[in-house]
Amino acid sequence: MCLSIPARIESIEGGMAVCSVGQSTYNTSLDLISEEDLKVGDYLLIHTGFALQKLDTEEANSILATFEEFKKLNDNLDKEELKQNKRIV
Amino acid sequence: MKYIDEYRNKDIVKYFANQIKTISNQPIRLMEVCGGHTMSIQKFGLPHLLPENVELISGPGCPVCVTGREYVDRAIAYSRLEDVIITTYGDLIKVPGSSSSLEREKADGADIRIIYSILDAMLIAKKNKSKRVVFLGIGFETTAPASAAGIIKAQTASLTNFFVFSAHKVMPPAMESLIDEGVQLDGYIGPGHVSTITGKGIYENIPKKFNMGVVISGFEPVDLMQSIHMLVKQKENNEAKVEIQYSRVVKPDGNKVAQDMLDEVFEPRDDWWRGLGVLKDSGLKIKRKYHKFDAEEMIKVEVEELKEPKGCICGLILRGEKKPKDCKLFGKACTPSDPVGACMVSSEGSCHAYYLYNR
Ligand code: SF4
Repeated sequence: MCLSIPARIESIEGGMAVCSVGQSTYNTSLDLISEEDLKVGDYLLIHTGFALQKLDTEEANSILATFEEFKKLNDNLDKEELKQNKRIV
Repeated sequence: MKYIDEYRNKDIVKYFANQIKTISNQPIRLMEVCGGHTMSIQKFGLPHLLPENVELISGPGCPVCVTGREYVDRAIAYSRLEDVIITTYGDLIKVPGSSSSLEREKADGADIRIIYSILDAMLIAKKNKSKRVVFLGIGFETTAPASAAGIIKAQTASLTNFFVFSAHKVMPPAMESLIDEGVQLDGYIGPGHVSTITGKGIYENIPKKFNMGVVISGFEPVDLMQSIHMLVKQKENNEAKVEIQYSRVVKPDGNKVAQDMLDEVFEPRDDWWRGLGVLKDSGLKIKRKYHKFDAEEMIKVEVEELKEPKGCICGLILRGEKKPKDCKLFGKACTPSDPVGACMVSSEGSCHAYYLYNR
């Protein structure tokens, strides 16, 4: 029911934003957050069509960067598991 | 959703598993009260990574599961009215009522539409002026503000054929009631998205009154393992406090705009929870000034007499006293495709999560 990863604002118009998560886009109401300083490129947490929280860009970026880093580790572990043919974690 | 992978990172999950093993000496029972957590914990098999003295139990965190049959029965009664369109989140559609379900009514021709957002329900109302559109408002503090915003929008748009049937509930009364009733716990894994709205203040009573910790957690395996670690640490250090693990999203004061919206539209009322009974001030009723949008006030229907299914122990499971496998019907008479009780319906329900990942 809810998305808990950063959705990126692609455009804003009249209290609504179009947000993207990967390849998908969502129409999102901005009624539940203070809109003043929202801009294209910011990240939001969205739930049932409403933005619940702005994520500050630094935070969102650091999540995304950590993600990239961990992705590599994770892929390696997956390979290792395949090689050994058993679950490591 | 590629970025989710990294919060499932095995190295870090393993790191926390080891940390927990190292610091944990005493037996500790932790309850998660969010259906999203239940799902994650079962899906990733986290209990298997924990030492034996750390026990995880599921609580009343799935909105569909704690909602009473009366609610479903009334929604079904609405759906049988000629001029009514029911709009609902998908979770509710399979939940058995006393003698039918919304899914069955839909198959029999009732106009029941699954939507993603209350905004969709309002569009349907605008396009179908000769019909009355009822939106089934279920969910905790995460979802209720959207219903409040919808009602305010409906007011602004002067919609006269749009109604909300509220079963919205708030979490803290249930968390306190469980302990009051003697369920043995050492800490709560606090709900991440409820807290995004409310902030951490709503849980402050729990450490004070019951001397146990609450850690507000994210949804990924790494989040949950870290939260468990934080709770074990509190217990081993004889501390009891509210902490936020999910700080990349949850702010200490929560979301003030959404809180104000909730206060504007809803007021507390006593409400019934499966497994817990009636809890004081645990439900949200639409305030008098918005009664034009309150389905309960505006649409009168005859509701059939309540019948609970025989053998279902969903209530005890929601109290953390039984596990799904203790139910004789589990996986036999009761499966996700043919659920007997609400805990098997929602993907967030304990029985459903156990059925998928832990049979
Ligand atoms: S398995 Fe089905 S019948 Fe048994 S408790 Fe769960 S929902 Fe109820």
